[in-house]
Amino acid sequence: MSTYIHKKKGPSFSSTVLLFTIIFLFIPLFVVTFFSLNSSKGMQWEGASLIWYKKLIFDSPSLWTAFRNSLIIALSSSATAVVLGSLAAVGIKWYRFKGKSYIITVSYLPMVLPEVIIGISMLIFFSAVKIRLGMFTIYVAHTTFNLPFVFMLVTARLDEFDYSTVEAARDLGANERQTLTRVIIPSIIPAVLSGFLMCITMSLEDFVITFFVSGPGSGTLPLYVYSMIRYGVSPVINALSFVMILGTMIIAFSFRRFLKVVAASS
Amino acid sequence: MKRPLNPRTREQLLGSLYGWPMGGWFTIFFTVPLAIIILYSFMKRGLYGGVEFTLTLNAYREMVNPSFAMVLVRTIWISVTATVLCLLISLPCAYAMARSKHQTFLLFLIIIPFWTNSLIRIYAWIFILSTEGLINSILIKIGLIDEGLKLIYNNGAVILVLVYMYLPFAILPLFTTIDKFDFSLLDAARDLGATKFTSLRKVMLPNIKSGVSTAFIFTFIPIFGAYTVPLLVGGKDSTMIGNIIVDQVSKTRNWPLASAFSMILTLVSLIGVFWMLYTGKREEQMKKDGPKRTPQALESTVKAHHRAASKGAR
Repeated sequence: MSTYIHKKKGPSFSSTVLLFTIIFLFIPLFVVTFFSLNSSKGMQWEGASLIWYKKLIFDSPSLWTAFRNSLIIALSSSATAVVLGSLAAVGIKWYRFKGKSYIITVSYLPMVLPEVIIGISMLIFFSAVKIRLGMFTIYVAHTTFNLPFVFMLVTARLDEFDYSTVEAARDLGANERQTLTRVIIPSIIPAVLSGFLMCITMSLEDFVITFFVSGPGSGTLPLYVYSMIRYGVSPVINALSFVMILGTMIIAFSFRRFLKVVAASS
Repeated sequence: MKRPLNPRTREQLLGSLYGWPMGGWFTIFFTVPLAIIILYSFMKRGLYGGVEFTLTLNAYREMVNPSFAMVLVRTIWISVTATVLCLLISLPCAYAMARSKHQTFLLFLIIIPFWTNSLIRIYAWIFILSTEGLINSILIKIGLIDEGLKLIYNNGAVILVLVYMYLPFAILPLFTTIDKFDFSLLDAARDLGATKFTSLRKVMLPNIKSGVSTAFIFTFIPIFGAYTVPLLVGGKDSTMIGNIIVDQVSKTRNWPLASAFSMILTLVSLIGVFWMLYTGKREEQMKKDGPKRTPQALESTVKAHHRAASKGAR
């Protein structure tokens, strides 16, 4: 009888590594959060205060413009990506048409190429066709890097989908539009929505690509953070960091809850 | 009344209607820009930025400059080191996660730092490592050192922060593959007398190869094209290809050279991706062929065994 399975001598090597890795991943996040509550500017702890949060909220008008820009771009680019990506996933999964393998290839490439390449090629493209850099160019760039993820998620969902449902709908007299709105869309909606959430987070997060295609006055939140970091270490950035970490956690939590609700309802 | 289309034309039409909006978007905003970069890399540099439309290999000749060669070597060195460190840390982590009862919670813990804004994470490291930063002020306070150590603005800091940033990129694909692995095979190997390490190396590793190559590519490509990390925590000697490309575009305004460097980055990434797809496909094939052993498969196994044996003897 094998005995080693039940032989437990404290935590194993792998779980120790995992524990330290998680600590390593979280230490920087805790450090900035902790110091955002420090009343002094330096590393000396001089009591807790919310003074940096106050400064962040009331003394940073450009922060709010950047935040507004970020939201507009995140929502618009995610919406575009969701529509185009889902339609394409349906078309590529179920139909044969000219250029199909080309579309599949170019839909994976933006996901795997380094961000610098996407950013530079777009910058050079926009200046070659003389489109002024600004909100519109950022919107285009974000839609481009969001599309592959929607396409991938919806394709994965369609892989589990039983095509005979569509055939049944057609046999019962549904036309193409009815099949799409009554049968296909309801069944892919969970993947579409999780794709939408994913796009929003990626769009709010992106710095490198946005950095290349943004123009004057179109700065997003990450660009604002970048200009602050270049200016030097400041407790106001700590406060902003914590707010953004909190935002991430809320999105991650709601994402998880959302997936659970979807799993329970289907 | 409408004339019914023939089924093949109908399929062609509907497929294009669904697929080509995205196909068109990618053509305009991805394929064309990439083509422009390829074209520009063979053009002559314009006086005030931009290009002159004369075919030349100047940009590629400029790349052979020793200072650029140094950057290329450094980029490879830094990316390989950071990627290998990521994989070495991620393998035990992914294994522990796959064997854990709290998988969703652990995944959640890995995803939170992964989703946090990358600049915020880099900033946190600047805060910790800088000369007046957290580590130095603690060390000074307890009297270990008198003045701040140089922990930041060097290649060590670049590697540390890159590993920090891209660990989740390695952990997540490894976890997915290891999670599918049948752990009873390990017990079987142990029952047959293998040590724990041997059973992991000889039984598990061959089965998770595609996960390892995916993790390698997912970390290596973004690290190879890194721009912000060397810019913000690197020193004068930490410039990587990404920084050169950006400098050539925004400061020196040498677009052909920037395009030529972008070509290198693109080629390296594409080779990596195709290699990853290839290992994935081959593994699938092997699993499908599993029990029925073709003579060729047998031959290659025997050959591999001989090779391994002769290596061991040397």
